[in-house]
This record gives sequence, structure tokens and C-alpha cells, in this order.
Amino acid sequence: MAMILTDEQQAILNGSKGETMAKVMKTLVMYGEAFGAEKLVPVTSKYNHLVTSFGLKMITPVYKLMDELIEAGLTSRQKFSMDPRPVDKNVPANFLQNIIFNKIMYTKQDFYETQLEKLGLMDKNAFTCTCYMDEVGNKPEKGEVLSWAESSAVVYANSVLGARCNRNSGIIDIMGSIAGYVPYFGLLTDEGRTATWVVEVKTTKKPDAQLLGSAIGMKVMEDVPYVKGMNKYLGEKLDDAACTYLKDFGAATASNGAVGLYHIENLTPEAKELGESLIAPDARVYVVDDAELERVKSEYPVVWKNKDAKPKLCFIGCPHMSLQQMKDWTDRVENALKEAGNKKVLVPTVFTAAPDVLEAFNKTEYADRLKKTGVITSYICPLMYMNNPLCGSMPVITCSNKLRTYSTARFYSEDEILVKITKEGK
Amino acid sequence: MKTFKGRVIAPGTCEAEALVTHGGLNTLASFQKALQFGDKKTTCSDQNNPDLYGKQMLNKALCLPQTIGSTTGGMVIYCACAMERQPACMLFSNPIDSLAAAGSILASVWLDNVNMPVVDSLGDEFLNYVKEGMTIKVKEDGIVEVE
Repeated sequence: MAMILTDEQQAILNGSKGETMAKVMKTLVMYGEAFGAEKLVPVTSKYNHLVTSFGLKMITPVYKLMDELIEAGLTSRQKFSMDPRPVDKNVPANFLQNIIFNKIMYTKQDFYETQLEKLGLMDKNAFTCTCYMDEVGNKPEKGEVLSWAESSAVVYANSVLGARCNRNSGIIDIMGSIAGYVPYFGLLTDEGRTATWVVEVKTTKKPDAQLLGSAIGMKVMEDVPYVKGMNKYLGEKLDDAACTYLKDFGAATASNGAVGLYHIENLTPEAKELGESLIAPDARVYVVDDAELERVKSEYPVVWKNKDAKPKLCFIGCPHMSLQQMKDWTDRVENALKEAGNKKVLVPTVFTAAPDVLEAFNKTEYADRLKKTGVITSYICPLMYMNNPLCGSMPVITCSNKLRTYSTARFYSEDEILVKITKEGK
Repeated sequence: MKTFKGRVIAPGTCEAEALVTHGGLNTLASFQKALQFGDKKTTCSDQNNPDLYGKQMLNKALCLPQTIGSTTGGMVIYCACAMERQPACMLFSNPIDSLAAAGSILASVWLDNVNMPVVDSLGDEFLNYVKEGMTIKVKEDGIVEVE
């Protein structure tokens, strides 16, 4: 289907703003036509968010493309935040790993960040997958149209904030904000936001967010689920605790499946406003109970060479933790250590959060308390840390189902992780 | 020989040997070795894909239902094409997903002399019929011949 463009859009496509801008427009038009989009609509959010944050030596073609944009004088119409940086000296790494990170893999990081500054980076702290945290300030309003790509941020923006964004790819994200338009299809439309699955949660206790998200993601894949039975655990107000839960839940639905939007009955904005009218007439039903969650968890492959290896590292915070989450985990680690009669964590443990969130955390009394437990804080992307053979062969544990999916890290529930790092050490 | 008709996402023609995955192709995980460590045969590095793990993807007719995984997927396909590490073509049984579409369109618009035809909506029958090693011919109009 050919897209109907405005006179201005057609002129840009024909080259009125230069050859490179015409290619940007052509990319967006072809992208939209692949999904039957009839038009382009303006991007209306204040900021954009880009997924490709790593200065990996091998992605030279990306740097060339960015140079082409910069040389043509094209910049993003909106300032943008980025996914997390791939390297942080705070995170434990041995001699060889440091050589791989700094001399082989991420040698283009500084160069790439200079390119990003020219294109419209918000500021040097704007590297996180949770740009929507208040401390970071890239938090779209309900109904705003976005050109984001990071899957965990897209699903949060759509579901919890009520913004409208497709699961775009890296590079497409910046094309949208340079042109100021995105193709109108999928999750931008009312039809695309209709739930084609009803999920009935019938567990006997509050389900682990990352496990429930994983189960639903693997079942519905790229469809939209309408989740019932969560109000007794999350309430009916999007408070800090509910938002944190949904952040982790959503990241698991997006990475274990390809969910870009979910509705939680009586809680998320569109479910509150439109209720069950959001559910398609022929929606399928998925019942999640204790046994189903146990089944899903038991089927995760353990890809460690030695399945009984002692964990060498633990990551908590994929996606990045909220400020309240860091405070709550500080309390939990302290209490668990006290119960176990230990003073410091038994597995090197890293809490990851946005640089702005870490700054805010460091101003609280919790920062010193956490430091005394031996837990390290970092702004790193755990996925990028794990994305090489040396780290990939390390026994790393996590309560992130996204990290489990994309790396060799072994998944445990939050409660299990707490026991492992404070009591068992194995 | 059997013929299937799909929709052209990126134009072009080719003749190549089939490589088939019945599960979704995790793009980042599959191309990681080629992009990060310079593997010139584009050996699939996704340990979770028993159909493809350890097999050469370069110059093969990659037959798949859809791609899955990180939203860097489109960027990965674009880089693979720019570095000449791409399959001969990508043939989807399902309607294409947003990440694969982005990658093939970026390559088609921003790179010169890249020939990686992409055809989608070939149907379940296509993926059930095609087997690894079969010869595949892709025509300009979305016709795919399997012998």
C-alpha cells in the first residue's frame, strides 16, 4: 500500500531538504509501507530515546551513517537519552576482561559519544534504559507519539505512561526524530492497542515480576495482553511500588516475548479509562497459577559449563533500578546478612541504575549502608558486560529475565538471589 | 520444484542453498560472532537455536518465520550487510517483524550495491517444505522457487 504523504513530506522525499534528508524520509516511508501505514504522524514527545549506546569497534557502518547525517547538518529535533554505557571500572573485571573491553571491543566509545553529542544527546548522564525515571527526566505524557527503540522502555512508555510507540529498531529511532515523523501503524493506532489475550493471574502469592512477565511474554509473543487478578498485589494506583514492579514485569514480557504493550486491569491508564472494551471479542485466555510459573521457570536452560559452579558475580538491575528499589534492596540485603550472621555479601554483587538515580541515591543515608554490605553500584549495561566470550563463560547469577534471555546468566527469583548473595554464596 | 509467492520487502534476485530455522532468529545473538569478532563465514552464534547454531549463514538463503530478540536487531542486519556478512536472502514465512524490516530497509536505502532480497508472507507451507541444502531461487516479483 502506498502511503499518502503531505506536500511537505513529499517534497522532502523528493529532495527539497537535501539528498540525505530524502534518504531519512525514504527509510521511514518504506518502513511504514511494510506494515500498511497510510500516513506519517508527528513525533510529539519532548525527548527521544535511542537503543544503540555502545561504541563497539565492529559497528563501523553505524558510525559512517551517523557521520553522513552530521555532515548533512541533520540533527535530532528532540534531545535524546541513550541506553546504558557498556563499560564501568566499578564493575569487577579481571586483567584479560579489561583488555577485551577497553582494547578490543569498545574502543570507539568516546568517538561514538562525540557523534551523539552532535546529533542531540541530552547530557553526559543520559545513559540508561530507564530514561523515564523522574531523576532522568525523559518521561513522556499519555498519548504522546514516540520514536523510541529500547524494548523495555517502549513497553513501559506504552503500558504504564500511556504513550504511543512501536517496537522500533535501533537507527530507525533516530530517523524518526530527525524527520519529526513516524509511520502510523501498530501500537500507534487504537486498533493496535486492543488486547488479543486475557491473562488471568490465579497465584497464591504475589508473583515474581520477572517470572510472570516471562511466562506471559513467551505465551503471547508480540500480542497485547490484558492482565486480570493483579490488583490485590499492586493496588489500583500507579504508585512507586507498582511502577517498579511493572518496569521489571514489562522488560520480561518484551525480552522473553516481543510484547510492546500490556494492560493491567484497573491500574494502567488505558485499562482504567476503557476497561474491558480494550479486549478483542476473540481474545484467547491464558491462566497463570503457581504451577504454571514453576513450569516456566523449570524449563529455563542452564547454559553454564559446570552447572554446580560457584557464582562469581551477581547483577541486579536489568532494566536499571529505581531509587526506591535501591533503598528497598539495601534494607533487604542488610536484614538478610544480619539473619545469616554475615557482614558482607558472599557473591560480588552489582546494583545497576541510571547515573542520575545513582547520584540521588548517593545523597541518601542508604548509600553508606549499602557500601558496608559490599554491594557495588554501577551505571553499566549488564548485557553489554556479558556480551563477550570471557564474561559469557563466567557463572553469573541474576534476577533479571532479560539478562537471562540474552546472556549465559542464570536466573533466580528475587528471594532466591537474596539467599544466594547473603547466606549461601553458591 | 515447488513455487511460493510472497511480498517483496527489499528487491533483488539470487540463487542460494537453503538454511532453515523453525524458531525465530535472534538476530543479535546469531550475528554476534560475525560482528564482534570478525567471523568471515557469519557462523550462527546463538546457542539457543539448535537449527542454526554453528552453521554458516553467509551467502545462504535464510528461511525463517520471523526475527526475535533485542531491538538492536535492525542495526545488526544493517551492519552485517555493510560488512558483507549477510545471507544471500531472507525469506520469511510470516509477515515481517519491525526489527527485520528496519534492517533490510536500512541496508536497501543507505548502502550501495547490497543485494539481499527480502521476501515475507511466504506461508507456513513454505517453511514446512523447505529443507536445509535445497536450492532456492528468488525472483524480482516475490516468487521463490525451491528445488
